[in-house]
Amino acid sequence: MLAKRIIPCMDVTAGRVVKGVSFVELRDAGDPVEIAKRYDEQGADELTFLDITASSDDRSIIFHIIEKVAEQVFIPLTVGGGVREVQDVRNLLNAGADKVSINTSAVVNPQLVADAAGRYGSQCIVVAIDAKQVAPGKWEVFTHGGRKATGLDAVEWAQKMQTLGAGEILLTSMDQDGQKKGFDLALTRAVTDALEIPVIASGGVGNLQHLADGVTLGGADAVLAASIFHFGEYTVQQAKQHMAQQGIEVRL
Amino acid sequence: MVDIAIVDYGMGNLRSVYQAVRKVAPSASVQVTDDANVIAAAKRVIFPGQGAMPDCMRELDARGLRQAVLDAAQNKPFLGICIGLQMLFEHSAEGDIPGLGVLQGEVVRFAHELRDAQGNKLKVPHMGWNGVHHADHPLWAGIAQDARFYYVHSYYVQPRDTDIVQGTSDYPQPFVCAVSRGNLFAVQFHPEKSAAAGLKLLENFVNWNPV
Repeated sequence: MLAKRIIPCMDVTAGRVVKGVSFVELRDAGDPVEIAKRYDEQGADELTFLDITASSDDRSIIFHIIEKVAEQVFIPLTVGGGVREVQDVRNLLNAGADKVSINTSAVVNPQLVADAAGRYGSQCIVVAIDAKQVAPGKWEVFTHGGRKATGLDAVEWAQKMQTLGAGEILLTSMDQDGQKKGFDLALTRAVTDALEIPVIASGGVGNLQHLADGVTLGGADAVLAASIFHFGEYTVQQAKQHMAQQGIEVRL
Repeated sequence: MVDIAIVDYGMGNLRSVYQAVRKVAPSASVQVTDDANVIAAAKRVIFPGQGAMPDCMRELDARGLRQAVLDAAQNKPFLGICIGLQMLFEHSAEGDIPGLGVLQGEVVRFAHELRDAQGNKLKVPHMGWNGVHHADHPLWAGIAQDARFYYVHSYYVQPRDTDIVQGTSDYPQPFVCAVSRGNLFAVQFHPEKSAAAGLKLLENFVNWNPV
């Protein structure tokens, strides 16, 4: 049967993988190509790169990184950050990305999701949703790295993205992100139960049990984490073994 | 004349396929091409596909590549991947359209509201790594039984002739993920994105000499 996926995520700026809390105090985690190779060797099921470069001048750096990774790593690569038009999707796919993640631009221009999925197929369009809890059992979509409220209900928005052609949803809890206390399981469960397409849980992983909980309690199809892997706390292999011990099907 | 032609009909990104083939056959000449003459002259042909099958069929014909693909599927080592497998069949439920008809059978969609044995919802597209139960064929050489390959698809093939089936995966029921006939082999998963197992299958293909 289908395995639940573990996806290490790399925030990239100025050619380096970084990790910070709330976009301040960025901590250098190393060279993205070397880190990607390491995660591949550890058995990562996919890799996600988020280009957090603020200046558009430096956008070309991510293309060189993806080209280098795609020459050496033969697992699916997702790239997001700053995708504003169909041409951006095309450029990333041409560089070697298998999937492109669209976040703020999907809110600004939902037609972009439909156009990109129509042109390149739903299989390569991931819509990233950043959500914050606003009431019990209710979450709102935020954009611009969690700074801007949209008034959109996260579950309804995810359903709309599925209808427009998204192949997958990358769901991040802004409340949990960086807190290392685990995913927002109620949010994950609410979105995954409302959709037919796969959901990747993100935001808040501090230990291996959090990853397992995302699948067993949250109902996620894949789990994404960054810092627990970057700084050598755990390997992807350890994460998979931990999940397998709890009866979760993984690729070992 | 190239050793390996990768058929490019404008649907999706073939760079991954190219990179993976280069990795397993560093001395071979490999070309991503939309030229029917290059396909006709190549020693081996890889026929990938992404996106929706109606778009793939339309673009294949728009580039005048149908006959070159049909010929290659009959007379030289030929590897179909993903939609490149589905297009070989007679008919697809995706868009209710005819395929190339190289192989007899239908392309159908996974049912809505699929559940596993524990009652958990199974998502469509079927996306991720699933184990392959494979038959005995040179392209599976060195690949463990139930090795996992990477999939992303909502439709799968139902061959009329079950003798051509070379592999199945479970979601939750078994579905056909690999077929072969003579010089032709085709798979639903993406060997170019399936790490070591996928590279091994591609290596087996570039070294395959069907009789």
